[in-house]
Amino acid sequence: MSESRYSVGIDLGTTHCVLSHVDLNQSEREEVIQEMVRIPQLTGPGAVEERLALPSFVYLPHPDELAPDDLTLPWGAQASLLVGELARQLGSRTPIRLVSSAKSWLCHPAVDRRAAILPVGAPEEVESLSPLQASIHYLEHLTAAWDHQNPDHPLAQQSVTLTVPASFDPAARELTAEAAAAVGFQHLTLLEEPQAALYSWIQANGGNWRKQVKLGDVILVIDLGGGTTDLSLIAVTEQNGSLELNRIAVGDHILLGGDNMDLALAHVVKTKLAAQGTSLDMWQLQALTHGCRTAKETLLLDTSVDSVPVVVPSRSSRLIGGTISTELTRDEVTQALIEGFFPHVEASARPAQRARTALTKLGLPYAQDAAVTRHLAAFLGRQVGATHDLPGFEDAASNASFLHPTAVLFNGGVFKARQLVERTLDVLNNWLAAEQAPPVRLLEGADLDMAVARGAAYYGYARSGGGVRIRGGTAKAYYVGVESAMPAVPGMEPPLQALCIAPFGMEEGTEADLPPQEVGLVVGEQVRFRFFGSSVRRDDQVGTVLEDWSPEEIENLEDIEANLPAEGRTPGEVVPVRLRAAVTEVGTLRLEAVPSSGNESWKVEFDVRGED
Amino acid sequence: MSEPNLSFLNRLVLAFSAFWQILTNTEFAVRMTGPQLSAPEPTATPAPSKPVLQETLPDSALQLLGLLQQEGRFVDFLQEDVSQFSDAEIGGAARVVHEGCRKAVHEHFKFEPVREEAEGARLTLAEGFDAASVRLTGNVVGSPPFTGTLKHHGWRVAEINLPKLTQGHEVRIVAPAEVEL
Repeated sequence: MSESRYSVGIDLGTTHCVLSHVDLNQSEREEVIQEMVRIPQLTGPGAVEERLALPSFVYLPHPDELAPDDLTLPWGAQASLLVGELARQLGSRTPIRLVSSAKSWLCHPAVDRRAAILPVGAPEEVESLSPLQASIHYLEHLTAAWDHQNPDHPLAQQSVTLTVPASFDPAARELTAEAAAAVGFQHLTLLEEPQAALYSWIQANGGNWRKQVKLGDVILVIDLGGGTTDLSLIAVTEQNGSLELNRIAVGDHILLGGDNMDLALAHVVKTKLAAQGTSLDMWQLQALTHGCRTAKETLLLDTSVDSVPVVVPSRSSRLIGGTISTELTRDEVTQALIEGFFPHVEASARPAQRARTALTKLGLPYAQDAAVTRHLAAFLGRQVGATHDLPGFEDAASNASFLHPTAVLFNGGVFKARQLVERTLDVLNNWLAAEQAPPVRLLEGADLDMAVARGAAYYGYARSGGGVRIRGGTAKAYYVGVESAMPAVPGMEPPLQALCIAPFGMEEGTEADLPPQEVGLVVGEQVRFRFFGSSVRRDDQVGTVLEDWSPEEIENLEDIEANLPAEGRTPGEVVPVRLRAAVTEVGTLRLEAVPSSGNESWKVEFDVRGED
Repeated sequence: MSEPNLSFLNRLVLAFSAFWQILTNTEFAVRMTGPQLSAPEPTATPAPSKPVLQETLPDSALQLLGLLQQEGRFVDFLQEDVSQFSDAEIGGAARVVHEGCRKAVHEHFKFEPVREEAEGARLTLAEGFDAASVRLTGNVVGSPPFTGTLKHHGWRVAEINLPKLTQGHEVRIVAPAEVEL
């Protein structure tokens, strides 16, 4: 194993990838030598520029669309598909060839994530990609860019920390690790994005962070990316006299992000224009969305401005005659964004769930309720007991209806709009005041756009002994579904029990005990099990059997499946095995089937093929 | 690319002009037999010791035009006849041009003032000041040190970060025609 010179943090985002590194040779304690990595990419046909972010888009060009010479990258490759800025640009005009939001598809339980399904609805002649392949293409581009700049220290040999949403399920984590393995990363760790944001805050504050938090604090991290909302709770505890950070809970996977907000504003303006008799085509709507983003930032940063002009240029060369001018007012932004996405709600509010129509088009399961504050209320309500067993939290209000955070860290470019930060704090503090709890403190000092990549690189450094670490472990307990033994009753399925095989909070590089219960595998056949997770049952141990449960506390995950090879056995024979869970050093969950006799074991796979 | 790109027509005109010069101008004909044709302009006959005017390469200029067009519709704007439009219409388009060109320029160039003093301040230029970065106007007499008022602080491009171009990229296309299928 060769020594890594750099700790590299990769924020593999839904809309952008960002890369940062810490020089391990030159950093010492809180003196961290860190830089952002500029990523060369095509920004126009034949034009290569270095940018801080690589837009997470793949464009699959038609063979006649671009001259081969116009696709040359600095490392000499002539890509047959495009990644980055040019992909985003071309895709905005030809969406049938654009792969976007691959990361959200990676976590979509209803589709086969190894099948070439993207772009959705692409004509047959377009060579589609799987969500996994798209992720590999982003990583390949980042690797080529890094290796071009650091020929003596190839990325594959560096200590790489790849960030994933805290809400990613075990299968999506495994697929991310698989993508990283495909590009050859040898020292890989996965890190949850809200944790990365907190690491970045720690680093930005140098040694000072210990003065800003105290024993008994609960830090709420609200990470609002381009496409997802990711929530985490981190408790400040004490061990041998020094402060420690414990990630105690993570939220659900919520597909709701900054892009939704820009789109919402664009629709407001579109409606206004339609009322004046001007209709917009798809191209103009995109230009409008872009214009609204800029206008939004101006209005939400500068409270003295009451309206900002928004202009939609004509697509033809006649710029002046065909340009549509309108304006976005403060009232409209307040109405659409603040009241639409961050409404004042009660702490008892929960996101609205609409029943999906039977014939939904294949698409991403976007959040049905756009109110971030309602998702936040649901998360804090569900996690009300998250600090029960922690020493130092005995004072926590016993009659609280939701978990009371004491500090908040915001992350994501959306929060550059200061008013959104203020509204969120307002809502939170109202909830807290209603239960006689003190208001939250705002943790400041992290870079909203780059924090995740920076924090990830810093984490790699902290792991190698340079700084404080957040203790986390798995944020769920995991269960397999086993049928209870009872006489068959016609027309009734045998009731399902949930057998705990991995307790809450398993740390990286640890293995759970073998449960006493055995399950039967059929030799030579694929055997599937239901698989469940719980983010609230913190006390279940391996072997705990649940007879019934509420959907609030246990959620369905993808099935798992085991395939027992037929060697040395009779096909069809039933072999009793026990299921063992382990968390790898990388940070993925590994499941094994261990027969009662013999020393072999077989890997149990997550079924990422989607619903049949 | 080290040569300016000339169209066939340009070259035809140049060929005839050279042909005529060689026939009628002895000095030119003698130079033509030398190892290199240093300047296409036949009337300029620089002696080797005199400073030479150099051709600037059009690639960067075309690239910048392309960027300004792509981000800010610069060429579209200049190619239109503004006299037939109202100020409001021109104003709307000007926002597109200003915002886009500003973004393009700021992304690729970093500007800094040539003089740090506030405009309107009195300042003294010592002997040997850089005439390229400071222009004297008004009552320009006597010898340095010169004392005067800073009317414009000037701009210097501190950093240039233009996109690299692939070999064979056609820079003359500052905006491709768009055909929607």
